[in-house]
Amino acid sequence: MEAILHQIFAGLATGGIYASLALALVMIYQATHLVNFAQGEMAMFTTYIAWSLINAGMPYWAAFLLTVVFAFVFGVLLERLVIRPVENAPVLAVVVVFIALLLILNSVTGWIYTYTLKSFPSPFPQQPVFGKYISSHELGAIGITLVVLLLLYAFFRFTPLGLAMRAAAQNPESSRLVGIRVGWMLALGWGLAAAVGAVAGMMVAPIVYLDPNMMGGILLYAFAAALVGGIDNPWGAVFGGFLVGVLENLLGAFVIGNELKLSVALVLIIGVLLVRPSGFFGKVHVTRV
Amino acid sequence: MRALRATYGQTRVLHGLDFALEKGSITALLGANGAGKTTTLRAICGMVKTQGEVRFAGQRIDGRATEDIVRLGVAHVPDGRGTFAHLSTEENLRLGAYTRKERPAVEADLERMYGYFPRLKERRRQQAGTLSGGEQQMLAVSRALMLSPKLMLLDEPSFGLAPLLVTELFDILRRINVREQISMLLVEQNAAMALQLANSAYLLETGRVVLAGSSDDLKRDDAVRRAYLGY
Repeated sequence: MEAILHQIFAGLATGGIYASLALALVMIYQATHLVNFAQGEMAMFTTYIAWSLINAGMPYWAAFLLTVVFAFVFGVLLERLVIRPVENAPVLAVVVVFIALLLILNSVTGWIYTYTLKSFPSPFPQQPVFGKYISSHELGAIGITLVVLLLLYAFFRFTPLGLAMRAAAQNPESSRLVGIRVGWMLALGWGLAAAVGAVAGMMVAPIVYLDPNMMGGILLYAFAAALVGGIDNPWGAVFGGFLVGVLENLLGAFVIGNELKLSVALVLIIGVLLVRPSGFFGKVHVTRV
Repeated sequence: MRALRATYGQTRVLHGLDFALEKGSITALLGANGAGKTTTLRAICGMVKTQGEVRFAGQRIDGRATEDIVRLGVAHVPDGRGTFAHLSTEENLRLGAYTRKERPAVEADLERMYGYFPRLKERRRQQAGTLSGGEQQMLAVSRALMLSPKLMLLDEPSFGLAPLLVTELFDILRRINVREQISMLLVEQNAAMALQLANSAYLLETGRVVLAGSSDDLKRDDAVRRAYLGY
């Protein structure tokens, strides 16, 4: 029983990280109907920036904040400089750009920082503060994830800019007709997605260690999470993230063993696509004509 | 507007339109399907490629981005209404005022719209896509008004509405025009209703102006009467 509880809590902690990254995927997907395959590498690259800042002697939380800001600007710039020129290109061309971005970020990071594993500090104390089932870092990661989710929710729900971003994602033409600069909304979306990814990267790095390939598996889990929840539903992505995290940990520990953990994500992806392509919470579109 | 031409890809739809709108008045654009009415509206707010000159309040606006033209005070009620189907009625209305910064005035306008269209107030929290056709049309008109525009482009506001609702909507449009001095350019299939509301009108045929004049003149014109008014 203790072991199961421990696995569930650990699953919730990594699940929160998958949820954040899945949410980043969903944000871009809602606006462009494309999955940004480079989302994970963007998170990885920004986590290295955080590592550099911390190693240069900056206090953790200052580095954390600066990295989030950097990631935001980085995301906006990527959209403006790399994605914008292929805006009207065929889908496959854009996918190729995403994959190129993934490879470039991966190799550039490897080139700058080498491929050896680096340890990344956790801002939370070593000692468990809350029982023996969950480490402080896991608890802290869950907390940070929830704060990020709440902030995002409040931003999209209650601010005019958030409303405009939602409008631009679902109806660009009408958005222009009320004076929204749709191109910039897209760039902002990329910035936000990159910032959320950076938080996910910094939370997962103390668990998996820092290396240029750290996000490969995590992106796959995030992808599974987004699909399970319904790729066009932010709440679904969050739910899917936690679900995938817990499933992965429980199955890995008690059923299939750690070596086959990643196949859980793949089986989920294939299963969802076969049985229920819109996911658990995929929107039923209501329109009247 | 002078020598306005517009093309969709290879197809030229407008062949050099010349017309002028008087400030504070309602002008109707009449014509059969395919005459270029909708394209004219889309050309004014930069949604199609154009040649020629479009001036608004003394400024050239042709070739500018749609969102910049909107920010000058040109509100467009597109055909198909352009509803943000997954947002609530009230969110749709607030988006209409997206470019305005004076919060209290926006709140007051919101209440004013609910005054014009009480049905919208009842449905303020409802997903706009689930509103009836008539309600969505009211929403489209109020969303455009929320911009606090100087010029309103209305594309077939009567489309798909019950006759009683059309009368009600046109009454409200006239009241708004009189009270707020908003100029309107109205595209309509329903020529009789349009000529009643408008001060003047232009008749389009295959992308050209074939007749222009005051509404009363057009109403009396035999050709117009036979072809568009049906008596």
